[in-house]
Amino acid sequence: MLEQIYKAQRLMDAACEKMGRPINIMEVCGTHTVSIFRNGIRPTLPKRLKLLSGPGCPVCVTDQSYIDSLLELADRDDCLIATYGDMVRVPGKSGSLETKQSSTNVKIVLSSEDALQLAKDNPDKTVVFVAVGFETTAPATAVAVKEAAAEGVDNFCILSGHKLVVPAMRGLLSEKNHNIDAFLCPGHVSVIIGFGAFAEIVEGFGRPCVVAGFEPLQIIEGLGAICQQLAEGKATVQSIYTAVVTKQGNTTAQKIIGECFEAADGYWRGLGLIEKSTLKLKDKYSRFDAVRRFDISEMPAEDKSGCRCGEVLCGLIKPPECKLFEKTCTPDSAVGPCMVSSEGTCAAWFKYGRERRR
Amino acid sequence: MTKERGDRILLAHGGGGRLTDELIRHHILPSLNNDTLAELADSAKLNLDSKLVCFTTDSYVVKPLFFNGGDIGKLAVCGTINDLAVAGSEPVALSLSLIIEEGFEFELLEKILNGISEAARANGVDIVTGDIKTVETGAADKIFINTSGIGTRLDDADLGLNRIAVGDKIIINGTIGDHGMTIISQREGIKFQSELKSDCAGLAGLTCELLRNIEGMKFMRDPTRGGLAATLNEISRGSGLSVKIREANIPINPTVQAAADMLGFDILNIANEGKFVAIVSRESVDNCLSICREHPLGKEASLIGEIVETGDVPVVELVTKIGGKRIVQMPYGRELPRIC
Repeated sequence: MLEQIYKAQRLMDAACEKMGRPINIMEVCGTHTVSIFRNGIRPTLPKRLKLLSGPGCPVCVTDQSYIDSLLELADRDDCLIATYGDMVRVPGKSGSLETKQSSTNVKIVLSSEDALQLAKDNPDKTVVFVAVGFETTAPATAVAVKEAAAEGVDNFCILSGHKLVVPAMRGLLSEKNHNIDAFLCPGHVSVIIGFGAFAEIVEGFGRPCVVAGFEPLQIIEGLGAICQQLAEGKATVQSIYTAVVTKQGNTTAQKIIGECFEAADGYWRGLGLIEKSTLKLKDKYSRFDAVRRFDISEMPAEDKSGCRCGEVLCGLIKPPECKLFEKTCTPDSAVGPCMVSSEGTCAAWFKYGRERRR
Repeated sequence: MTKERGDRILLAHGGGGRLTDELIRHHILPSLNNDTLAELADSAKLNLDSKLVCFTTDSYVVKPLFFNGGDIGKLAVCGTINDLAVAGSEPVALSLSLIIEEGFEFELLEKILNGISEAARANGVDIVTGDIKTVETGAADKIFINTSGIGTRLDDADLGLNRIAVGDKIIINGTIGDHGMTIISQREGIKFQSELKSDCAGLAGLTCELLRNIEGMKFMRDPTRGGLAATLNEISRGSGLSVKIREANIPINPTVQAAADMLGFDILNIANEGKFVAIVSRESVDNCLSICREHPLGKEASLIGEIVETGDVPVVELVTKIGGKRIVQMPYGRELPRIC
């Protein structure tokens, strides 16, 4: 293992030398962010190689309006909210799912199937599944919706906050003041969409894209591969997560997503409105769409005052540059979502970011 | 089959009258019988061989009540025994208080009493006094247990955070995270192909053996809630020194690691119920490890790190498998399962 690490480190050093300026690589995925911190990778990198954490934590990129709508639904006596664990602490304008008095209406589930079962077990309530996540969780939501349709579980619906990774990368690169030289692309998402999906980033923007897994060696080798491309002045799509990621991805999962959802313009925290970047239920499944069932407004809401999660998500600032970080914003009383989710950049900095000074 | 009224705990079982007497004589005493308890006196009278007494208490509210590797009863006995053990004492006697929700099934109570009885016997302690309260439906979640314990401190045991010095070594008696991940996965209804099993066990046998045979034992603590991360941070903060541990040396069951990874948990923060962290002098390391490894509860004992100079502030630093470094913080309360 050490030899592979040394080889990658030589590639990084060579690229830093060749470029003669700081290199900024964005890890798009929250799981990468956590693994990088948990394995102490940052201190082993050349000083001029900077890692930017991207918009890859599903909780973090969810727009404030979505959270507020969810909290309104949680107040209703006729609703049960079925949510993944890390959504419950995200603060909205009136508390969070965890702190609300109505939290008996909020159930933590581990899958969309659990949410559907909750609907079957509670026929007198409408179960709203908090459908967030990227292409990784969207197929499971689609399966639950299809099952609900087939079995006539009419008290089940979803509030879709599903998002697509590639449009977000496009959105970031379209900003004038971005500073991204290359992307370490998400392993799990690539299993579904295939590494071929990143071709438009390479071709349209000339940025290297390398898919890597989540083990520390994969991440280091991925960074090495990116640096090799940068040093050679190339930009190609490459996957070193060969055990599970193929060029075309999981076509069955893609088909299931396509059957239930269509790409729609949508709001992201920090990134604003991005064209064709979110997943909306198709008309034939509209009765399972909480937005239509409860007539929810899809206008963006303002972020909390002082919270700079948006800039963190775009890689424009590091968490300690936010005035609230570690002061009023901690995992126990988070102001912004990046401090809530275990995959959030601020939470990772808070938990693992300090360095020992001798 | 619905349970008959007679199969369940009624409020009157805690009323101090005939039903309470029946509950004690027909259920409690047969399970936990010993001469001191059988007197049913207001206080138990104990004859201790030492004036140096350790005394501790803990309450148990675990859900689920029954889990792979134990139950709330076994946990209530072992947890209190372990608090006595790591303080350098030999446990002598426990008290047992039960707070039971009206309607709780006798069958389950019997199973829990069996767990208590077996754990007490296995660890050579008696339950010498106790109390039962019943509360209305909804006022408690099935059953809560409190145990307090008394132990006599071993003559050789001189343990304290103030004894810890730079160069001392850190030993753990086996794999971490087993109890917490078993409880979490059972609570969340997650099935793993190979089963997770709690490490719930009483440690006094092993800790007493270590204390009798090792001169350089300086401090012990059981890494329960908050896991290894919390215990090491307490040691660092309490001693004013920094702690350095090596990830590669920390024993972890691969299934437990996989379960933690899947849910996005840091294994260092996950609870243990049959583990102790020992700080020993450099000279005593080999002896300590070999005694541990001869014992059923210490087969996978490992030297995981050492006490180092403080630096700017006392911290716990982890050297990762790839040679990176990071600070291990005090865990920040409840961890939540992640999305993907």
